[in-house]
Amino acid sequence: MTVETLIALIPALPLAGFLFAVLLGPRFDRMPAHGHDSHGKGHDGSHDAHADVDDSSFKPIPSEEEQRATSPHAGHADDLANSNGADGVIPADMNDGIGQVGHVVEGGERPVYRSWWIPTALVAVAWVFSMVVFANVIFGGNTYHVSLYEWIGSGTFHVQIAFLVDGLTAMLLLVVSTVGLLVHVYSIGYMDGDRGLWRFFAYLNLFMFSMLLLILGDNFLMLYVGWEAVGLCSYALIGFWYKKPSAAGAAKKAFIVNRVGDFGFGLGIMMIWTLLGTLDFEQVFATIHTLDPTAITVIALLLFAGAVGKSAQFPLHVWLPDAMEGPTPVSALIHAATMVNAGVYMVARSNPIFAESPTAMWVVASIGVFTAIFAAAIALTQNDIKKVLAYSTVSQLAYMFFALGIGAWVAAIFHLVSHGFFKGLLFMGSGSVIHGAAGEQDMRFLGGLRDRMKWTYRTMVVGSLALAGIPIFAGFFSKDEILGEAFGRGYYLFWAVGLLVAFMTAFYTFRMVYMTFWGTWRGPRDAWQHVHESAPTIVAPLIILAIPTILVGLFLGLPPEGGLIHGWLEEVFHHAEELGAGILPGSILAEGHHGFSLWPGGALLLLGASVGAAGIWLAYRWYVLDPEAPARFVARIPLGLGPGMYAASLNKYYVDDFYGLVWARGGVLVGNALWWFDAKVIDGAVNGAGWVAQRWGATLRRTQTGHVQNYALGMAAGLVVVLVAFLVFRA
Amino acid sequence: MGLQGYLVVSAILFGIGMFGFLARRNAILMLISIELMLNAVNLSLVAFNAYDYYSPNDSGAIFALLVMAVAAAEATVGLALVIAIIRTRQTPEVDEYSDLKE
Repeated sequence: MTVETLIALIPALPLAGFLFAVLLGPRFDRMPAHGHDSHGKGHDGSHDAHADVDDSSFKPIPSEEEQRATSPHAGHADDLANSNGADGVIPADMNDGIGQVGHVVEGGERPVYRSWWIPTALVAVAWVFSMVVFANVIFGGNTYHVSLYEWIGSGTFHVQIAFLVDGLTAMLLLVVSTVGLLVHVYSIGYMDGDRGLWRFFAYLNLFMFSMLLLILGDNFLMLYVGWEAVGLCSYALIGFWYKKPSAAGAAKKAFIVNRVGDFGFGLGIMMIWTLLGTLDFEQVFATIHTLDPTAITVIALLLFAGAVGKSAQFPLHVWLPDAMEGPTPVSALIHAATMVNAGVYMVARSNPIFAESPTAMWVVASIGVFTAIFAAAIALTQNDIKKVLAYSTVSQLAYMFFALGIGAWVAAIFHLVSHGFFKGLLFMGSGSVIHGAAGEQDMRFLGGLRDRMKWTYRTMVVGSLALAGIPIFAGFFSKDEILGEAFGRGYYLFWAVGLLVAFMTAFYTFRMVYMTFWGTWRGPRDAWQHVHESAPTIVAPLIILAIPTILVGLFLGLPPEGGLIHGWLEEVFHHAEELGAGILPGSILAEGHHGFSLWPGGALLLLGASVGAAGIWLAYRWYVLDPEAPARFVARIPLGLGPGMYAASLNKYYVDDFYGLVWARGGVLVGNALWWFDAKVIDGAVNGAGWVAQRWGATLRRTQTGHVQNYALGMAAGLVVVLVAFLVFRA
Repeated sequence: MGLQGYLVVSAILFGIGMFGFLARRNAILMLISIELMLNAVNLSLVAFNAYDYYSPNDSGAIFALLVMAVAAAEATVGLALVIAIIRTRQTPEVDEYSDLKE
């Protein structure tokens, strides 16, 4: 098979997996039914309608005991027709050409879940293909254009279904397919026992398809289609436990907030087509400089609006923390490692557009820096382990936008790759914690887990060290490359803020580690009995992800600011680099000093590492040695601002409340005003028309006497009038 | 005299017929009044024909014959209806036939 065929197959495989899971998935999960309740018209009617999520799946992870207790009665799925009761009969349609022959269903009471099998296998094959393509692009130095067919041809509007694989896409391909595959494996263990398993894998595969389409697409429309499709999958997966009101609400919130950004993105794409007459990446980037600078800035800002929504940047960051209502594998895959990177990818892909507009670059960098410190300052005080990681994700994505905005394109993609690995690892680790601790997510009621969950602890520490930016781990190289670039390009204020964010990051990351794994168990005493290390399918992906978390930085990032990744991505960003976009006058780079130097480069690296270490040290002092210290510190803040600042951070700086007040309450007010207008003015006009007709009718009905002679008199009078008129006007 | 004389007589006949139709309350008398109006029209038609006034090929006279045929049919049907309604209502007074009021 040629590489071109492989490229076309990469998104096709998860799509096939999705179709499989939707069409045949339910047949692969076997729910035990009561006795001989064989054909779905059984006695338990209350479960029928939407029974594929039953009450036991409200809690993410039913413990072993609970599972055993509920499972015999948890039957009555949508596929009752398949399960001929628990008496050992092989349902006739179980072996119908599905290829899973040999699965004799025993008469056991435990449910059997197998619908993960083919979706996971297909993603694994797609991963192998991705790695082949990656090697061909990166080590073979090739760029592939695969044009399948013309999708839309209408007048002058032509859009191809075509794939483009260059260094940038290859890097994304590496992250998306690797983390995607590991999350599939992880989900087998994590979602075991959930009756919606086939639905979960269907969504996961649909997501993989959409995300691969997004990064492989050769034009803005395909990018947009993938972009919307991943948003849809995100919605479906956040609201996976849809009977839980908070999950359903979070799903809607994510979808609606994303819509705000996507609207701008859509407008940007339309503007590109209107002005340039093409959506093909190469043609757009080749001709963009011919446009008016204002038009370029408007296009860039509209595109960036989409990125702000998808990558959860201020002011559209509010959906991402709420999205943690979804199952943890979803948080790891979609809301940490892949989908939220789409915005970064899109801005990086559109670098020729942004490079032409200093204003847009400035906006990107400013939003990035502000969101980085804003989200980090919220993460400091969150108590939910997933919320800490969620705000950390917002903050780290903001780092990438900061890098993009100052023209450090490669550093941004480098950080995207390393962040994808270590944040995926951290989220999966937090899922393992939640799984092992019977659903407890609040760090105030965790603690001491390192003895019971050795591997989870070890891998989480690796991920945390990477996030904190400790040398040799991935995050150190990518983060310090961004800071070094900021310094070199003359953004000294942004650089200082970035350094502060790095300190805060190290602090909150290890606050999480110490609160979760150190100290003693603070939850209910009897719950401690059940705390256990998670299943191998959960721990294995953690260990596998820990490897790139350690190695990616060393492999890609050495020597600093000149590592392998620079060579791989040089072609993509060549034009923007040549323009010198984002380099401030008077800065080190503007003076023509390129490459890494011991001064100031080495000093900056040292500073970055020590800031990370200082954050860890502070977390250790506050959360291990002296748990009273944070309270004392808050009390010591001058002017008595401490408690207020703490409350503001804990409450996410009231952004959600503000939006609730302005958009939700404001929407109700506007709605009420419109309702009044409708009831009084519109309905008034309609009723008024009816009233006028009624009054006229009431008046004229008196002429209907029923006496034929009256009517005849009218006719005669009319005749006379006509005659007279005729005579008068004829004269 | 000439054409005017015929037309005056025709107009007087028509006026009498119209007055009778509007003023009489007896259904049969109303029918008779209708016949009177039709005959007034017939008279004017043949008068126009005789004076060859806009009326080539004796079409006025032919039209008068047509009107007579229609009048005969109308009188037959009308009288039948009137007799039927007088039988059911037991009265020839049209004031009583006001079921279609409002």
